[in-house]
Amino acid sequence: MIEARGLSKRFQDKKRGEIRAVDNVSFTCQPGKIYGLLGANGAGKTTTLRMLATILEPTDGTAIVCGYDVVEHPEKVRANVGFLSTATALYRRLTAQEFVEYFGRLNGLDEPTLKKRVDDIFNRLDMNEFRDRRCDKLSTGMMQKTSIARTLVHDPPVMIFDEPTNGLDIMTARTITAFIRECRDNGKTVIFSTHIMSEVEKLCDTIGIIQSGKLLVEGSLGQLRDKYAEHELEEIFVKVVTPHYVAEEAH
Amino acid sequence: MSMRNIGIVYRKELTEAVRDRRTVISTILVPLLLFPVLSVGFGALAIALVGKAKDEVPKVMLRGGEDSPDVVEGLKKLDKIEIVPEAPGWKDQIINKEIRAAVQIPAGFQSDVAREKSNTVKIFKYEGEMKSEFATEKVERYMKDYRDKVVKERLAAKNLPETVLKPFEVKQENVAPPEKVSGAAIGGLIGYMVILLCMTGAMYPAMDLTAGEKERGTMETILSSPISRMHLVLGKFFLILTAALGTAILSVLSMGVSFSVLGHYTGLTAGGRAAAAGLLLKLGPKTVISVFLMALPVAFLFSAVLMTIALFAKTYKEAQSYLTPMTFVVIVPALAAMLPGSELTPKLSLIPILNVSLLCKELVAGTYHWNFIAIIFFSTCIYAAAALFIAIKMFQRESVLFRS
Repeated sequence: MIEARGLSKRFQDKKRGEIRAVDNVSFTCQPGKIYGLLGANGAGKTTTLRMLATILEPTDGTAIVCGYDVVEHPEKVRANVGFLSTATALYRRLTAQEFVEYFGRLNGLDEPTLKKRVDDIFNRLDMNEFRDRRCDKLSTGMMQKTSIARTLVHDPPVMIFDEPTNGLDIMTARTITAFIRECRDNGKTVIFSTHIMSEVEKLCDTIGIIQSGKLLVEGSLGQLRDKYAEHELEEIFVKVVTPHYVAEEAH
Repeated sequence: MSMRNIGIVYRKELTEAVRDRRTVISTILVPLLLFPVLSVGFGALAIALVGKAKDEVPKVMLRGGEDSPDVVEGLKKLDKIEIVPEAPGWKDQIINKEIRAAVQIPAGFQSDVAREKSNTVKIFKYEGEMKSEFATEKVERYMKDYRDKVVKERLAAKNLPETVLKPFEVKQENVAPPEKVSGAAIGGLIGYMVILLCMTGAMYPAMDLTAGEKERGTMETILSSPISRMHLVLGKFFLILTAALGTAILSVLSMGVSFSVLGHYTGLTAGGRAAAAGLLLKLGPKTVISVFLMALPVAFLFSAVLMTIALFAKTYKEAQSYLTPMTFVVIVPALAAMLPGSELTPKLSLIPILNVSLLCKELVAGTYHWNFIAIIFFSTCIYAAAALFIAIKMFQRESVLFRS
């Protein structure tokens, strides 16, 4: 389970002064459910997810992930989280197997357990053909599978996906979305960020719309449709975001 | 502190490093090949050129001397020299290297000598031009021998012993053992080489493991794993340290082998290179271990400093632009120890790099000032620990890791 409590992140910029990338964001993600964080570029999605994954530290507020506070026990949080984004690249000079094993060891797995888990994952994801191939020789699809294997190697109960299909071709993107569903079906808590409406419509149990670092609205797709009297998520998104966008531009 | 986690990061970085062509070239191949190519190759070329110059029979123009047949005859009989008759434009001929020198015998030279009247023989040359210098040397040696012969004859004619001209001798005698003599000559060089090579060995991995990781997008991947940032930075640091020390050790070995090979071909007696070769072979385990022990904190210091600086960069190229000037910051104090007369003092023993460079000079010469050794070792350890502490702190700063 993930519980964000007033999460905030401010950055200092030499030209623009203080920037509130995330501003007092609170939400809850339940096990066996997918929470979709929807927002335009620069809305604060990546910063929010990075704070949940403890890659960044919140300026104010906190989050509880699997019972651990992200500020007080960041290493325990990371041991319970699988984090995947298009920015999480592979070590090019390691083979696919070495790469996955490296992260297994960093997650504290002993060698017999690691071997078993790696074999299971490579069989399940059909990766045996390229397990000894160096990561810089892999196709995009193979790279994504290797990244997925990396997030799964320690069998974390929480999965965080930051725009995981960004820039991927349709077939590779489908591999990712299928994997996200599988995580939910296996009872994991899943949160993912995107600006692709169709993905949210297909996958999410709960949707949170974020703009200028603020969580403007959240609910299931059905609840949002009723509230804004629109069927298409894109129309709902525009209705939610536009007033804030206009105010921001005027400011 | 989990040594297991540090070890996991270290082993992974080592695996990647040995598979990276650039790291292998900069850490292993360059130090192994640099000295053979520079010393043996360059030395062999120099020997070949000098040998060729010595083998050439130089043309020397004779000016005057018509009334001094004995002198002229003696010059013409000189081995490996060709006397050519006087011709106009002789100065230009020397400058244009058509002839190598000209010797001017003044009018009535031989009769002046017979009458014990002083006179001057002039040799014209192209200063700094090797072949001209060789020719001049041969002519001058002949004229000096001729003068000595005349002196001897005059003394004999007057029944005077040779000690009239040389009432006593002045002799210099060295009391320092040969290794100390050579140590004073090349000890500074060894310190300089070890320091510089520790630096160059650390430079590439320092950039690759920090800025390179940011550029390739793997920084976020590794930061999402449960390893603490301190363990991560220590694992990376030890790999950089390994590269720094590895480069220095390989370089010293390569330098020793190269010099000894060169010494073998040059007869081991002439020149500083051969002396260095002999010395390197005679250094002995005590000196080698001492130099290595002193190099350890220096390599430690460089690894931490270079890693911290490279971490600021967003890309490999940016890191290169930060670290390249660092080479000069290191070269200057390392070179200062090679200046003649530069010696360790209590104040200088606190200046990083310069202190180790000066100390290496002493160690190679076999002098062990234990108080200086202690000050330098511990002060460098403190600087290195401070630098590593800063590196760890930098690795925890989001503004550094995610600088955009």
